[in-house]
Amino acid sequence: MAGGKEILSQIKSIGNTKKITKAMEMVAASKMRRAQDRMKASRPYADKMRQVVGHLANGHLEYKHPYTQTRETVKRVGYIIMSSDRGLCGGLNVNLFKKALQSIVEWKKQDVEVDICVFGAKASAAFRRYGIVAQKTHMGDAPKVADMVGTIKVMLDAYEEGRIDRLFLVENEFVNSMTQKPQVTQLIPVVASAVDSIKHHWDYLYEPESKEVIDALMQRYIESLVYQGAVENVACEMAARMVAMKSASDNAGKMISDLKLIYNKARQAAITQEISEIVAGAAAV
Amino acid sequence: MAMTFHLDVVTAEQALFSGTVEEVIAPGIMGDLGIMPRHSQLISKLRAGELQYRTTEGAMASLFVSGGVLEIQPHVVTVLADTGMRAEDLDEAAAREAMKQAQDALQGKDPEDLDYEAIQSELEAAKAQIEMLHRIGKLRGH
Repeated sequence: MAGGKEILSQIKSIGNTKKITKAMEMVAASKMRRAQDRMKASRPYADKMRQVVGHLANGHLEYKHPYTQTRETVKRVGYIIMSSDRGLCGGLNVNLFKKALQSIVEWKKQDVEVDICVFGAKASAAFRRYGIVAQKTHMGDAPKVADMVGTIKVMLDAYEEGRIDRLFLVENEFVNSMTQKPQVTQLIPVVASAVDSIKHHWDYLYEPESKEVIDALMQRYIESLVYQGAVENVACEMAARMVAMKSASDNAGKMISDLKLIYNKARQAAITQEISEIVAGAAAV
Repeated sequence: MAMTFHLDVVTAEQALFSGTVEEVIAPGIMGDLGIMPRHSQLISKLRAGELQYRTTEGAMASLFVSGGVLEIQPHVVTVLADTGMRAEDLDEAAAREAMKQAQDALQGKDPEDLDYEAIQSELEAAKAQIEMLHRIGKLRGH
């Protein structure tokens, strides 16, 4: 029986791999559900925040916050890149990095320098050569705002001191569990909401000073957007892993059934050969 | 029909309230703010305290907010709270515990490495929760 034993052991080892991928698939599915809940829970805050800041950008305020003013010349730009800490999630991170690189290369063509701030170990490894100024990895499945504030602040300070003139956020958008869309959005300067623009001149009443309120609001605004990005990225990671592991399990199943066919054929051939040898031997006697 | 406007109360973790109201009383940092329809645009920081609103049914309802930002547009009021709770989720024992912890932290540690502001705001939030519970308790006749 040629290679029968080898084929059997191969079937067994693929079976073990399949068990692992199946388990990972189920873990990712349950983690995805929780991540999705978190994403949905924090979305209203981010949406309302965007609305309020949109109003701010449209109004004629006495105090112009630096984040609402667009600088004419751009010498250096900043990127905040969200990624996962672990791999085995299909092309999720690779697609995101491609998108980020496209945008970075475009700035470099215009002789603009780039500063990068990364969240997640994968981005940290991928962008090591491009000049990372701040990073934060291993935040777990439920990222907390408090863990991210320090890292974000590096970029915000750089903007306020004029070292960078634009700040972008690169993250995956969770469309549904099968589709994740990498996207690059401009964080600062703030883009005015064109939807419900109010025509006449108006300004807010402030309590207390305008500077104090707007500063507090702007800081919360950036934090909420980056936090939303991080939470969404976790949901994307889990969804991508679930899909990747499902196709790995399916492939393992297919390989096992192919190998079984080969094994059975080999066994049949061996039996046939043995019988014909016995018959030939009997005939010779 | 009475004049109404839209109120949204959201925290970083959840949306607490979204609906049509006739009146809002918010804990502004410089004193309570009574807001009626067609209020002029205003933006204010909030302190920890009780946010009350009158729904179209005429009943007063209240929420606890621990600080944040309030924005008023003539027909929309948005409360961006740091954290918040519905009145019925408030827990006096937990609030007292939080207050005690904050007080201990203020006394125990070396003042150098103390995050004074954070502990102070925690303490105020706990105090405001207890105060609010007492007010509600009185209304219900406990």
